[in-house]
Amino acid sequence: MHKQLTSLHGTGYLRPDGRKGVRNLVLVVYTVQCASHVAHAIADHEPDTHVIGFPGCYDNQYAIRLLLALARHPNVGACLCVGLGCEYTQPQRLAEKIAESGRPAEWFFIQDTGGTANSIAKGKRLIAQMRERLRSVPQVPLAWADMVIGCECGGSDATSGLAGNPTVGHFFDALVDAGGTAIFEEIVEAIGLGDQLLKRAATPQARQEIDAAYGKAVAYCQAVRQYSVSPGNFAGGLTTIEEKSMGAIAKSGSRPIQGVIKVGQAPPHPGLWLLNSVPDEHFMQFGYTNPNDTEGLMDLIAAGSQVVLFVTGRGSVIGSPIAPLVKITGNSQTYHKMEQDMDFDASRVLRGETTLEEQASELSRLIGDVAAGEPSKPERLGHREYFIMYKHQDTPSLEQGCRQ
Amino acid sequence: MNSLETNKAFRIDSHDNVATLLEPAYTGQRLVVVGALPVNLTAAESIEAWHKVALTAIPANQPIIKYGIVIGVATRDITAGQWVHLHNCHSCFDERSSTLDLHSGAPQDTTYA
Repeated sequence: MHKQLTSLHGTGYLRPDGRKGVRNLVLVVYTVQCASHVAHAIADHEPDTHVIGFPGCYDNQYAIRLLLALARHPNVGACLCVGLGCEYTQPQRLAEKIAESGRPAEWFFIQDTGGTANSIAKGKRLIAQMRERLRSVPQVPLAWADMVIGCECGGSDATSGLAGNPTVGHFFDALVDAGGTAIFEEIVEAIGLGDQLLKRAATPQARQEIDAAYGKAVAYCQAVRQYSVSPGNFAGGLTTIEEKSMGAIAKSGSRPIQGVIKVGQAPPHPGLWLLNSVPDEHFMQFGYTNPNDTEGLMDLIAAGSQVVLFVTGRGSVIGSPIAPLVKITGNSQTYHKMEQDMDFDASRVLRGETTLEEQASELSRLIGDVAAGEPSKPERLGHREYFIMYKHQDTPSLEQGCRQ
Repeated sequence: MNSLETNKAFRIDSHDNVATLLEPAYTGQRLVVVGALPVNLTAAESIEAWHKVALTAIPANQPIIKYGIVIGVATRDITAGQWVHLHNCHSCFDERSSTLDLHSGAPQDTTYA
């Protein structure tokens, strides 16, 4: 069916948990919006230093799990946590957990450090010290079996389901066959495909997980009385949610689904995994499952993806911190209009110039180059958008406590 | 290239009974279907780019197949070369979609009073 993947030619940064990073970054994490300016100023003019943070003062289990998953990501070598001093989210506790993973980790409160300028100076000093320790991280050969790659689509048009997503699907099949890990998400865009997903369950346990996740997504759509399809989609030629869903799910390829992971969880073993980002029905109701593309990418990165893929038909100018983003379009006009942002032109298959298999193999070579250290286009342009929100995926059962 | 003579459509799976037009088609235009299981047919009406054309006759209540899966059900008899969209196909899930405006997709069931 598909071509075998060419071996990776780069090396990875070996972390104490055995995972391998394709970048060796310092991460600055702020614990409330009030600390965000200082955090960004610390990372300013430090090319290997990325920033993420949680805007709320009131903490949230989902957000803490997400922050820790990102701080202990294989591409991250060291972490500095910066708080203002009066928020719920505790930078010290974050730093302690990150240090337990074998990474250099530091923290401080801006209120204790004496304001903006002193905090920026202290932060820069701390990351310089930690960077020294990053030099001794062992560099080891990297194989496809070491890779975790996530994919989402956004700004979709008719080409996404015909060319962009199927190209990724073929690549994912080859990645899984090479012993690697592939993650797809957007289960609210899988409505109508319950049977297709269940048929692909690798085990009875996986089948149960897919069934529960799919049921929750259908309940979500029914509760918010909305399916993930809009007038623009219909005008663009899509007739039903099932049709749109299949275009989105095409990126998952055809291999068995090993199970369902929640946001902040890493797949326990290689293969193809479904990431479920649908929130629990909580006292704030469901909330938003995927408010924007950046949120979905953060979920895929938090699952340990060293490289993330984004399929867009209409075009997009987002990037991501921590893991390089590779942008793919199946629309030739979009590729030519936005060539400085688009990494891969998947439109050639529609003109009969190539096959999906050949395109997937070209895509794998590009991903191999990015894994070996070649910057992707969003990386080169300095895109590091992030979005971490309040959500609940940990709701205790209704029998517990005063929610009875 | 758009020509009055022929035009291209893309069939994703060999089981599909619809293909996606890569360019707009006009009544009587010959369509070259590329992708899985290439065929030729004639457009029975004008159809916009990226919309679907029936590759075979599809009787009412029979499945519309794209990507090799059922994406909806025919609500009336469809002949080969006809446009397949909201007017002759409905979702098995989202019942609202077949009430939308055929061309713009805009909702018509919400009251603006």
